[in-house]
Amino acid sequence: MTQSRVLVIGGGLAGLSATMRLAELGVHVDLVSLVPVKRSHSVCAQGGINSVNAVTRQQGDNEYKHLDDTVYGGDFLQHQPPVKEMADWAPRIIDLMDRLGVPFNRTPEGFRDQRRFGGTLYKRTSFAGATTGQQLLYSLDEQVRRWEAEGRVKKWEFWDFLEPVMDDDGRCIGAVCQDMVTMKFKAFSADAVILASGGCGLLYGRSTMSMICTGSAVSRAYKAGVKYGNAEFIQVHPTAVPGADKLRLMSESARGEGGRVWVPRKAQDARDPKDIPVAERYYFLEERYPEYGNLVPRDIATREIFDICTTDGLSVDKDRLCVYLDLTHIPRETLDRKLGGILEIYEKFQGVDPREAPMKIFPAVHYSMGGLWVDYEKSETGGLLEGSPRNQQTNITGLYAIGECDYQYHGANRLGANSLLSCIFSGLFCASGVIAGAKKNTRDETSPDFVSAVKRQEERHQAILSRPVGDSNPYDIHRQLGDIMTRTATVVRRNEQLSQAYDEVCQLENVWEHCSLSDTGNWTNQNVIFTKSVGDMFPLAKLILKGALLRDECRGAHYKPDFSMPGIAATEPAEQKAEAERWCDRFEENTRKWLKSTIGVHGDDGHPVITYEDIDTTLIPPRPRLYGLVGGEVIEQVWKERSEKATEPVTVG
Amino acid sequence: MISASTSTIPEVEPEEKRVPQEIRVRVLRQDAPSEESYWQQFAIPYEPNMNVISVLQRIAAIAKSQDGRRVPPVAWDCACLEEVCGSCAMLINGRARMACSSLVDNLFEETPGEIELRPLTKFPVVRDLSVDRGRIFNSLERVKAWVPVDDSYDHGPGPRISPEEQEDAYPLTTCISCGCCMEACPQFNKIEVVQREGETADDFDARKQTAYDEQFLGPHAISQAVLFNSHPTGSMNSDERMQALTGRGGIQMCGNAQNCVAVCPKRIPLTRSIARAGRAATVWAIKKFFDR
Repeated sequence: MTQSRVLVIGGGLAGLSATMRLAELGVHVDLVSLVPVKRSHSVCAQGGINSVNAVTRQQGDNEYKHLDDTVYGGDFLQHQPPVKEMADWAPRIIDLMDRLGVPFNRTPEGFRDQRRFGGTLYKRTSFAGATTGQQLLYSLDEQVRRWEAEGRVKKWEFWDFLEPVMDDDGRCIGAVCQDMVTMKFKAFSADAVILASGGCGLLYGRSTMSMICTGSAVSRAYKAGVKYGNAEFIQVHPTAVPGADKLRLMSESARGEGGRVWVPRKAQDARDPKDIPVAERYYFLEERYPEYGNLVPRDIATREIFDICTTDGLSVDKDRLCVYLDLTHIPRETLDRKLGGILEIYEKFQGVDPREAPMKIFPAVHYSMGGLWVDYEKSETGGLLEGSPRNQQTNITGLYAIGECDYQYHGANRLGANSLLSCIFSGLFCASGVIAGAKKNTRDETSPDFVSAVKRQEERHQAILSRPVGDSNPYDIHRQLGDIMTRTATVVRRNEQLSQAYDEVCQLENVWEHCSLSDTGNWTNQNVIFTKSVGDMFPLAKLILKGALLRDECRGAHYKPDFSMPGIAATEPAEQKAEAERWCDRFEENTRKWLKSTIGVHGDDGHPVITYEDIDTTLIPPRPRLYGLVGGEVIEQVWKERSEKATEPVTVG
Repeated sequence: MISASTSTIPEVEPEEKRVPQEIRVRVLRQDAPSEESYWQQFAIPYEPNMNVISVLQRIAAIAKSQDGRRVPPVAWDCACLEEVCGSCAMLINGRARMACSSLVDNLFEETPGEIELRPLTKFPVVRDLSVDRGRIFNSLERVKAWVPVDDSYDHGPGPRISPEEQEDAYPLTTCISCGCCMEACPQFNKIEVVQREGETADDFDARKQTAYDEQFLGPHAISQAVLFNSHPTGSMNSDERMQALTGRGGIQMCGNAQNCVAVCPKRIPLTRSIARAGRAATVWAIKKFFDR
């Protein structure tokens, strides 16, 4: 058989690891990316990558617990077999990255050092300073360059993915892309196509994401018929540094290394933070969550920081919302060795040395747990069947999705340091299945399917370029969209706001239809590329808003105060018990109703059609997520009794 | 900033007086590779805490030059905006640096009220401030900047590495391939290969790579060669790297101007790497002489 040919869209951790493995298995890869792959958004990941390791294993840790932390942290919204497989692979993935030369921090004896991250009690996180994503990406970039030198990989950098192309049977046979320098269109014929295009944070205007994280590739696949899962689950990272152009991430590793979050007990205390005595500081995460402290899962830390500033009015500054993230009690030398990269970012962009003064931080949009729907094939042991073409395949045969752009691993909330793992895992793991499912595609670019797709894209492009001069421009529209989304679909969500936002977004989409370009040329026209990507933000924005509107519950990052389940108010033990019983009844009812993946399909009228799919929870039965809830121990007791009853062996007699 | 002694003047908002109302930006523009370049002026309202990226974003949104003419937005490259992707290197007030980490308030200490932006001069202009830096990656391929692993299957962990070795290697691994060091280097000259009429993209690219292959590698690639030669597994193909370092366009091109280390935004000890590479090259040449 002739060499098969796979098209990979996106050169971050997922795209590069898939490319490396495919090339190794003898496949020719065309790698398309908006930027030189070494500049992909994965470089922004800071804190580290999770796996069970030799030390935690001896402390009672195992892959099952990594799975459990991930699904409990994710509020049980993910299918468990893929997560199990990922947790099982994690130690091997860290070993591999170690062999590729990633400069992981070391212990005095020369072993890899680990730190603790949110949502776990074990030190599972391997790290390379505070630039782990950059280091992991570079190692994969180097391996892919090696394959490129051998002619197995061809990179198409500064190219924009426009649409997947399907044959008459609905099988994906390639894609149309555009050269962002010459503005020429080209059809890519392939035996399979893998989307690894990352998140969609830019539809929130400013976020912690790079300017390339527009979600346009994903939106274009969605418009072409790929299902989208759990759109409403958007992670808002608790700690970012607000800026005019971007909200810069301040890694969770700052807390993993002992950083403490606090506000002065007196609102807007004007004293220098170092002059405020400990008794007058409110370490609210530590007080409210004694077990996890500053390392509660991200959705919880975010809500608490948001709440302490808005509801309690304890923001450090008067004119902008922020809390202190304090590292000043940690020795300088330790900080430089373990967190140097992120402290430099703070120092450079804020002009303040975080080793000397507490940082001022606030939550920011950070990650999309949702993404393109992908399939999997379960193995007998409850994980995945390696080599199955179903793994990571979307509902369009031959079209795969991996990394942040799939919906599969993080449920309703992602744990810190699990994203780098899911990206590398899905990339490496999917390769054998992609090859097994690949069907030799004999069509070349001149076949009618490709010719008509290219023509369609050229026409869309020309139509946008030839719009009459109008008042609105794409940059303003993008800013407005970001404002609407940030106001209504982040930390706290309310139905009336969401439904109003949906209407506003639809109106704004109409404005976009008529916005005019300031550049109508045909050479490196960044204006038209951006305009198209803004237009493609609307379908995803509508998906997020609609999904959030319909989901009347609280789960992970999706928080609706009107449907929250408060803790136990009673003080009498008997009343507490009764209240806990009612709480558990309601929890069970809610689980029956809402423990389902939200599935969005692009409707012909431009509006999403939402349905729900059951979730495979056969490995770990769903249980209440009780981090810090008042009366949580009573609820836990009642829940335990119920579960024991449910699993009691039935006596046959 | 106002010092404490002047703040005794009552009822005055001291900041107001000193803060400029607008930012005047001079941009050296070029519409396409073989076109002439030209200056264009822009004026945008001043806001506190801006960086050059947000200045360029405002210019794009306004899309008008200072004299009110509608002009196409300035083209430039950017991605992460936190100095880790390496995209946005340009000449800002004549100095090679990253647009994202260049804060307007700091630039105003050099030239109050004004900012001058030019594309890097050692790389071919694609358009305006966007340049073709493919040569950076060509150099990385020439020095085989990778660990030559057998495959990506499980073979257990990598070699044991002491904290000292890790701390020695780590700064070198933070190179963002921005090109600032090449821009500042007097020995690094611009190579511009122009596509011929009727030449296919593949042929053009091949011709470009061949032209790059003969020229100076640049400080970043020398530093990466040192990095991989010092890695226990990486050193297994150090011979090939030494060949590249001692071949045409290799380390002997370095004139020890030390500009590279002065402009590196990541403060990578490039001259230390170059010194190490120089010593290794000498040893390697002698060894090769006796091995003949």
